[in-house]
Amino acid sequence: MSQRSRRRRYTSHLMSFLCVLAVLVSLVPLGFILFFVISQGISSLSWDFFTQLPKPVGELGGGMSNAIAGTLIVCGLGGLLAIPTGMLAGIYVAQYAGSHKANTVRFGADVLNGIPSIVVGVFVYAIAVSPFKQFTAIAGGIALGVMMIPLIARTTEEMVLLVPGSLLEGSLALGATRAYAMVTVVLPSAMPGIITGIVLALARIAGETAPLLFTAFNNRFWSTSLVQPISTLTVQIYNYAGAPYDDWHRQAWAGALVLITMVLVCSILARFATRRLERMQTGQ
Amino acid sequence: MSRRRISVGDFLFKMGTSTFALILVLLVVSIGVVLIYQSMPTIREFGFNFWSTQTWDPVSGNFGALPFIWGTLYSSFIAILIAAPISIGVAVFISELCPDQLKQPLVFLTELLATVPSIVYGLWGIFVLVPAVRAVQMWFPDWLRAVPLFSGPRNGLSMLSAALILTIMVIPFTSSVAREVLKAVPLAQRETAYALGATRWEVTKVALHYARVGIIGAIMLGLGRAFGETMAVTMVIGNTPKMSLSLFAPQYTMAAVIANEFTEAANDLHISALIEIGLVLFIVTFVINAGSRLLIWGMTHQTKPTVTVPVRTMEPTV
Repeated sequence: MSQRSRRRRYTSHLMSFLCVLAVLVSLVPLGFILFFVISQGISSLSWDFFTQLPKPVGELGGGMSNAIAGTLIVCGLGGLLAIPTGMLAGIYVAQYAGSHKANTVRFGADVLNGIPSIVVGVFVYAIAVSPFKQFTAIAGGIALGVMMIPLIARTTEEMVLLVPGSLLEGSLALGATRAYAMVTVVLPSAMPGIITGIVLALARIAGETAPLLFTAFNNRFWSTSLVQPISTLTVQIYNYAGAPYDDWHRQAWAGALVLITMVLVCSILARFATRRLERMQTGQ
Repeated sequence: MSRRRISVGDFLFKMGTSTFALILVLLVVSIGVVLIYQSMPTIREFGFNFWSTQTWDPVSGNFGALPFIWGTLYSSFIAILIAAPISIGVAVFISELCPDQLKQPLVFLTELLATVPSIVYGLWGIFVLVPAVRAVQMWFPDWLRAVPLFSGPRNGLSMLSAALILTIMVIPFTSSVAREVLKAVPLAQRETAYALGATRWEVTKVALHYARVGIIGAIMLGLGRAFGETMAVTMVIGNTPKMSLSLFAPQYTMAAVIANEFTEAANDLHISALIEIGLVLFIVTFVINAGSRLLIWGMTHQTKPTVTVPVRTMEPTV
């Protein structure tokens, strides 16, 4: 073997090694973060965390029951806004795929997806908080909804496009109109994938903090009112992490553990569901 | 009779979907319009000076946003400088080198990294990363600390912490886009290179060269993410509106100042100033996103015909 080809092979191996190294470097933080969240979180997690309200400054104990309820409420509101909007917009893009209008809408979704979450917060503050001079759960829901719309629109589009064209054509050939075929044939077969996408979007949105800081704001008391400020897990973690009390830091870790468990369980379940769906579809 | 009813359904369906599609587009437009409208007071009051002066003193009504722009640019560019090669390495490994059994789990793990909420990164940053950076600072000898790049207080809340946490957050995102782009490189490109006797790395180079535009797009998208990242950065950067070249100096970013000062704004002008910063963040990320989507879109779409063409034409010519 000539020296030149030996050198080429050597370079090839070296570069492969560097790629492996890159993978390891990128995964180390994941391990680190999970390790700390779990080890710090578990020791601080207790039954009280789920059932108690935050205690006043200086008193030990208390929990984040209001924040957990708040996160569920605000995410629910966001979903209420984003699921119909995102789905219908996604169906539109899929139906007119390739047309100029459809591309514009898809481009809009991509841009919306790329807007920093803090900017979404500022926007919602301007339209839903400042006119009423009141931080509200609804405003938080709108902010999360705006962030969810592009996610749902894109998955809906992808899932509808995955449905074999022959299904649509078959029903059209049988005399169904487009709308009828869409609603009774194409959408039902895309539905499992769309629902998976919605679950993923909800999981991602539950972890958002920045858009809630000045829309839902925060609340140290139990509140389910939609027109009052409401506490959420993420904002609560943020406030506790910055405070100078050890007990609050412990609670912040516990909150992070709850949050990350929620998010990861949802994503993992959704992932498995998607894989099974893909297998079913390719198996057909 | 029934035919008529169904066509009404068709009409409604079309109206319904296109209305909501329109809502989506209008939402993007109205974000821009609302931000412009709300930042008019400071635009009128300060004009371009807002972006070229350094004093940020809300109480006395002086607003100069330069330190925040500097902080955002500096932290994001350091982050992307570290993250880009690593992301490309990860993408290359997953798409070109790794055995099939490992592919799915690896994709899954990198995507897991992307689903960790920003606040959790921030929490980890405050209690783990910042002390680690502080330890590094303590260990730095005095003569090195005299270098402007490493001067500053030894408390760990610094530009370096922010850049590192941004790096960690950007990698999964950039690498997954880069992976998609590499996937779009036609197989024929690689096979041709192999047929010419290229080594694995040389084949990868061919693929990377083919995908270069898309990869630049992926890196730009990562940069856009870094510009807009708020919570994690806010928690570790030290929040001091002072421009500095030092990695160890506490600084500030555009997103962080909005997050910190919005709810406790001193007056209407202060709010307007913060909204103007948001407006610029919006415009910058809009341009970056639009640009990189166009690059990636152009690349993944131009390849479609070439995937099949060479394979088909092979037989007759041989």
